[in-house]
Amino acid sequence: MSEILFTKSHEWIKIEGATGTFGITDYAAGQLGDVTYIELPQTDTPVSKGDFVCEIESVKAASDIFSPLSGEISKVNEDLTASPELLNSSPQDKGWIARIKIADISETGNLLTEEQYDDYKNSLT
Amino acid sequence: MKNLKKTPLHKNHVKSGAKMSAFGGWDMPIYYSSIIAEHDSCRNSAAVFDISHMGEFLYEGPLNKFEKAFTRPLKDLATGKSRYSLILNDSGGIVDDLILFKLKENKVMVVTNASTAEKDFSVLEKSSGEGILRDISGSTAKIDIQGPKSRKILSDFLNENISLKYFNFSHFNYEGKKILLSRTGYTGELGYELFLPPEYAERVWDKLNSFDEVKLAGLGARDILRLEMGYSLYGHELDEDTTPLEAKLNFAVNFKHDFTGKSALLREKKNGISKKKIAFKTKTRRSPRTGWKLSSGSKATGRVTSGSYSPSLGCGIGMGYIKKPFVLPGENIIIKDSRDRNIEAVQTELPFYRDGSLRD
Repeated sequence: MSEILFTKSHEWIKIEGATGTFGITDYAAGQLGDVTYIELPQTDTPVSKGDFVCEIESVKAASDIFSPLSGEISKVNEDLTASPELLNSSPQDKGWIARIKIADISETGNLLTEEQYDDYKNSLT
Repeated sequence: MKNLKKTPLHKNHVKSGAKMSAFGGWDMPIYYSSIIAEHDSCRNSAAVFDISHMGEFLYEGPLNKFEKAFTRPLKDLATGKSRYSLILNDSGGIVDDLILFKLKENKVMVVTNASTAEKDFSVLEKSSGEGILRDISGSTAKIDIQGPKSRKILSDFLNENISLKYFNFSHFNYEGKKILLSRTGYTGELGYELFLPPEYAERVWDKLNSFDEVKLAGLGARDILRLEMGYSLYGHELDEDTTPLEAKLNFAVNFKHDFTGKSALLREKKNGISKKKIAFKTKTRRSPRTGWKLSSGSKATGRVTSGSYSPSLGCGIGMGYIKKPFVLPGENIIIKDSRDRNIEAVQTELPFYRDGSLRD
């Protein structure tokens, strides 16, 4: 059973047992515009919830991405190096950024459900 | 939101869903769909831009005094031709870069940047002598169509065979109204600039947009297109503290002509320039950004004045200035990003992009 949760900094994370796969939301990708570069994080790196993970560069700006949960980065999406545009065409699927081994599952209590994230997005305009 | 000016096509952009942003005091479209898609359409097919925010002035009268405001003369410019020129201050610094159109023997249209139009008008008023200078920006809309297919599209649109040479212009009739059609642009592709009454802008815009080969393009794409050609942008590569010699605009200065700032430039020619415009490509996909520091070897330092990812080259490109001892051949350039990390770059000859249809 997997569930998808969101952060206020526009990351999504899909929880499957003790693993979380995360990336940026459609909304974030739309705000960024054409993505031109992403420097993927290193695997086997420990991260805390809210830590800077990597920077995404678009034609007009650069945006910092933060880890939704604490844990250890176990895998990164190598496809993004050659094809950063996946972050625009499929940010919540093929454009996933990294996978983490979740350290503390209770931290998910601080994340937003899809409905809460939708409400949050609406409050921004 | 401050009082941003709106072009005659403003509501069309909003209706098209364009991402709008402030530029030079105007609320302008940055992109309609994607900056890269719009850039690609210009390079491969055609793109249409709303450039009505630029300034236009009409001067009528004797040219002796008026032409001294510019780094190139006007008297020898033939009717139907235009010329890229500069206005300098007394220290040789660039007040603006602009294009002069010779409409009649004693009638010239001056086309300036949007953010400097007011400043330029005050400066030129002082050189008008017995002539009359009018600001016609409010009654002039400007639509650019650029791309290898632009000639074919315009010929269709105007129902005439368009055979203008580069930097030449002519008047055409569109539904009873006069349009000034100039073969000029800021993209490096075959292209034209249309100057027309604002009440006709929407009609022309919609008609040009109805061609399948055309994509609407915003200032985001325009900035990448001009950067790929190495064209300077006022406020970035050009400003009042930069001379044409430093900016590598020697071709836009005619030393046989008498103009404001000439003695300062002659002194600089003798003593040497203290900073020099350079262009560079990064060794990755990362973009250099305006304001970032750069250095070469152990001594020379400078700043990036424009930078972006180049869809045509697949890497970052940029321009900037470097102080003495400049960049020696073979030396690498190091750019420091906002996190103080190094981006390696290599000095490049302009233009970055060499496959344009500009001279087709």
